[in-house]
Amino acid sequence: MATIETTPGRNPGWAGGGTWGEVTDAPIGFGHMKRKEDARFIRGLGDYMDDVRLPGMLHSAILRSPYAHATINSIDTSAALAHPKVAAVVIAKDLETLGLAWMPTISYDTQAVLAGDKVRFHLQEVAFVIATDAYAAQDALQLIEVDYDVLPAVVNCRKALDPDAPLIRDDKVGQVDNLASPLWEAGDKATCDRVFAEADVVAIRTVLDPRSHPCPMETCGMVADMNPATGQLNIYNGNQAPHAHRTVYAQVAGLPEQNIRILCNDIGGGFGNKVPVYPGYVCAIAGSIVAGAPVKWIEDRSENLASTGFARDYLMYSEMCSKGGKITGLRVDAIADHGAFDSTAQATKFPAGFFHIVTGSYDLQGAHCQVKAVYTNKAPGGVAYRCSFRITEAVYLVERMVDALAMEMRTDPVDLRMRSFIRSDQFPYESATGWVYDSGDYHKAMKLALEMADYDGLRREQQEKLAKGELMGIGISFFTEGVGAGPRRHMDILGLAMNDGAELRVHPSGKAVVSISAQTQGQGHETTFAQIVAEELGISPNHIMVRHGDTDKTPYGLGTYGSRSTPVSGGAVAVVSRKVRDKARQFAALMLESRAEDLAWEKGRWFVRGDPERGATIERIAEYAYSATNLPEGLEGGLDANAVYDPPNLTYPFGAYIAVVDVDPGTGKVHMRRFIAVDDCGVRINPLVVEGQIHGGLVEGIGQALMEIISFDESGNCMNASFMDYLLPTALECPEHGFELGETVTPCPHHPIGAKGVGESPCVGSPPCIANAVVDALYHAKGIKYMDIPCFPARVWAAMNGNAQPPQ
Amino acid sequence: MQTPAPCEYSRATSVDDAIAQLQALGGNARILAGGYSLIPMMKLRLANPGHVIDINPLESELNYIRQEGNEIRIGALTRHVNMLESDLLSQVFPHIFREAEAVLADPVVRNRGTMGGSLCQSDPAEDLSGVVVALKGEAVLRGPGGAERVVGMEEFHLGPYMTSVQPTEMLIEVRIPTHSGFGGAHEKVERRAGDFAIVAASAALAIEGGRITFAGVACSAVGPTTLHIERAEKALVGQAPSEDLFAQCGQMAAADCSPNSDGRGPADYKRHVAGVLTTRALSRAAATAVS
Amino acid sequence: MIVNISINGKVQSHDVEPRLLLVHYIREYAELHGTHWGCDTSNCGICIVLMDDPNTPEPPYPVKSCTMLAAMAEGYEITTVEGMAHPDGTLDPIQMGFHEMHALQCGFCTPGMMSTGRWLIERHPNPTQMTDHEIRDGISGNLCRCTGYDNIVKAIRWAASYIEEHPESARTART
Repeated sequence: MATIETTPGRNPGWAGGGTWGEVTDAPIGFGHMKRKEDARFIRGLGDYMDDVRLPGMLHSAILRSPYAHATINSIDTSAALAHPKVAAVVIAKDLETLGLAWMPTISYDTQAVLAGDKVRFHLQEVAFVIATDAYAAQDALQLIEVDYDVLPAVVNCRKALDPDAPLIRDDKVGQVDNLASPLWEAGDKATCDRVFAEADVVAIRTVLDPRSHPCPMETCGMVADMNPATGQLNIYNGNQAPHAHRTVYAQVAGLPEQNIRILCNDIGGGFGNKVPVYPGYVCAIAGSIVAGAPVKWIEDRSENLASTGFARDYLMYSEMCSKGGKITGLRVDAIADHGAFDSTAQATKFPAGFFHIVTGSYDLQGAHCQVKAVYTNKAPGGVAYRCSFRITEAVYLVERMVDALAMEMRTDPVDLRMRSFIRSDQFPYESATGWVYDSGDYHKAMKLALEMADYDGLRREQQEKLAKGELMGIGISFFTEGVGAGPRRHMDILGLAMNDGAELRVHPSGKAVVSISAQTQGQGHETTFAQIVAEELGISPNHIMVRHGDTDKTPYGLGTYGSRSTPVSGGAVAVVSRKVRDKARQFAALMLESRAEDLAWEKGRWFVRGDPERGATIERIAEYAYSATNLPEGLEGGLDANAVYDPPNLTYPFGAYIAVVDVDPGTGKVHMRRFIAVDDCGVRINPLVVEGQIHGGLVEGIGQALMEIISFDESGNCMNASFMDYLLPTALECPEHGFELGETVTPCPHHPIGAKGVGESPCVGSPPCIANAVVDALYHAKGIKYMDIPCFPARVWAAMNGNAQPPQ
Repeated sequence: MQTPAPCEYSRATSVDDAIAQLQALGGNARILAGGYSLIPMMKLRLANPGHVIDINPLESELNYIRQEGNEIRIGALTRHVNMLESDLLSQVFPHIFREAEAVLADPVVRNRGTMGGSLCQSDPAEDLSGVVVALKGEAVLRGPGGAERVVGMEEFHLGPYMTSVQPTEMLIEVRIPTHSGFGGAHEKVERRAGDFAIVAASAALAIEGGRITFAGVACSAVGPTTLHIERAEKALVGQAPSEDLFAQCGQMAAADCSPNSDGRGPADYKRHVAGVLTTRALSRAAATAVS
Repeated sequence: MIVNISINGKVQSHDVEPRLLLVHYIREYAELHGTHWGCDTSNCGICIVLMDDPNTPEPPYPVKSCTMLAAMAEGYEITTVEGMAHPDGTLDPIQMGFHEMHALQCGFCTPGMMSTGRWLIERHPNPTQMTDHEIRDGISGNLCRCTGYDNIVKAIRWAASYIEEHPESARTART
């Protein structure tokens, strides 16, 4: 009988055989490698948020507002407190005594932890119930009486700045309107105006990238455990930036930072949703202080969808122009809807994130964009959902506009792109809005995608179908991202430089532990970061443990979002590995009785140049480094190092995507037939993991393009607060025979291993591609030139009949 | 996760025992079968029964699909998967059951969800109800003392989430008349696989000697209950099947339905789709019937 | 009320509220945390476990454990992800397939997804011939936000082939 431990290549970590998490056939370095972390997950032995159990732990639930905007006259908690299983009920005035009624957001705004005098969005947090079990906590919610006076709600971002709009943030001194942050702009307006004045053709569209939600399968949650005797606060919380969270909690709660420990175990997906600090977290901490026991708070799906970090919600008035058959200019005036509190996740000096990368992959002569942010009576947020700080919105805008312009020019959207791309000989390339793109070969990637798709054949098929009354659409997008924030001279969050640390210790046996500040939510860090060390030191990745998720045991850094892990944390791991390698060289010189400068490195060993037989493996060197040997002055024992990586620039991954859809002319239903994705993310550490990331991001793109939206009724009620109405794609909405992936490799010139990051690319590139495909079908059949996403059947049908619904 | 409010639980040992329990509990109890409608409602605390009576132990009594004379009888506890895979149903009513069941929720729900649960939920967007309405099925309700009454679907479905099943009654069986020369089809447009219909249309035809001898047309999600398109049925019976005729029936369905605008689409869209799907379903039903 | 349920071959007996959901019985009382949950409305399939129903001759089939009261499962045989591997530690082919084909990322949906995948293979007359559509339809009640499903389809196919080549590997924990 074939058992797993005796079947080559089939040993995903076997306690009875090799080492837990050991993967057979692992490459010593980069290459296809099955994941080490699978060993626990396929056995159901992951350790997620709701799996945390502490002695004496209490449970909790949050009472939420049924109104989008209302004053709170009174809250009566007496009946809830009388419930036999209720330990405490916390409301805003209790938090005031702890100084926790308001918390700072990631964007220097404030957010109510629990609503005090007023609620400002539907399902805002109002009261926090702590009970001995979760069912009882929910029972007690129904016993709390809140007396509200309903106020008119601001739901439409365009009306937020009307003179008669109700003032949402009357809590803020000096706030007289609903402007959340001042007008922010990039690009030279005068140049842009001149380019437009000289243009042949101008396309004008109002483009809405609607509110969606990252929606990880595991919701958010926390167990807070404050030890009243020692003042030690242990926080169990799956979040994407544990070190930054610790600093924020130290600021919010006024607790000494060294007394706070954040433990992130396994995280069931993040996608940007687990970057911010949420009111529920602060409630759990306050609850633990009040109740004197550990308090668990786990949000349900409705709470996750209706109150935690949403994404997008950018309304963009846009103009793009061409001259001589090339795209020459772009002008964008955007409104960002941040909801009731500005907790948008951005690098601090960039209130609109990296939106100004909006010129995309094109060599434009002029561009100008401006963004103003408004408050509305909607859930707060604006997180970077699988996105490098609003790059998704920028790519969405530019790729929709290129198609719009191609229609006005009556030219093929591929030809227009090919004529307008930044050429490979132009890199490094400074864009019209000030970005310095590191490297690329856009024509090559586009050509590969066209070949894979048989683009000309598809266009012929489209014509044949059209003759039979069938609607088929071919969509193109070509994206350039800027990821891996970022250089400390430019970028910070709340004053914290966006760098990441790494510590590497090679043990006497030659086995290693690398500690990192990035935080996996499923990206496979335990495998790929081990592969980076393996590549640099020649140790099997099976012998390298990647430690993360414990602020007491890992170096400081800003975490995992914005495709930062490989560009920043991966850089740190490569650098620290090289430091260890350099230190190993010193030991090798002693061992080999040679001069360090006379040694040469090959993967896994130092040897004497010109005499390759005389060498020492990294294992032997490690043993030597810890042995009781006399060492010369200046050389410390042990084989370890640490590093903080400050990236010199962002990295600029790019890709060419083609979508093929069929549209039912009778019902407007879109069928996703094929999707071709050529990605260039520089050097690929583990192709298996990279392709997995691309698959996942593409499906999130399908969701945004075809079915996902967080919408509100006129009163501000969230209409998509459950999986009944917030629709994630199933396997059936994806191309039946799978995605078609291709790659080109343009190594990043400034990154230690030439990698650029890939996690977000597919989710950035695919929404405009699919939207363009749907419109392409309608354009060729009926001359329809534009519709917004999501392409629900009803909306497609309306567009098909010339009644595309404009943004609210 | 959201959780149900406190409630009591008991199991039924027979249909009559379940009814006796309903009687004893005086209107505070609900019958619990597959659970895929009732339990989510309880978790959201939209349904708060004080007591649930589990009838899953009644498989042998209530899970069956059998032919008796000119009728097919389907027990209330027959699971969706049983109807999806029933050779008898696909033989007697080709395509219509299988097509509706194949798009009803998802395979895991279909493993447990039941005929009785689907009908008693009285969700106007539900697929199986459309099939039963189109086939002019009847519901057998049993009450205290074994008293049974048989009601048509118009009488059974009173409105959204409302049926004529009395607090001490239980749906035990659905009876559907058979026809020779039968063909059926179910057409659905949804936002995503597993979602309730934006609009669905079920068509049932019997064609003999080139004439339509029986016609049933039902549209889902375009009214307070699954709608019977009577005008279309009258127009069909006695006629020779033709695409023109089916297109006219589609127009009747579009005209006679009464959809609401909601997150799935505006009323005018749903009206249009009701027409398109009715025409398509009739056309395919006719093709099956004459083949 | 006392509810007795056999989970992974071991009969559990716990005094619970009648309203307790099966998923919480499994997680909080049987202390098997491998079964996760992801929504309130029975849409996501994260909490799926395999259930052997003594009332029917059907082989064990997937159910959403958030949509059953624990009391409803009394007398049934439940297999969770922890019970998938053979007691000697040999993984079930579906577990191997998910690892081989990189069919998991965050791992949160994996237990439910593997349960459904295992059932698809078990009940199909010719599992290695399952079409892409059959597999995709089969897992359409299981949401995954990470993998994009392609590799899950491949993993189920891998497991079907492995079972065909190694019929003895198809045993379950209970048999």
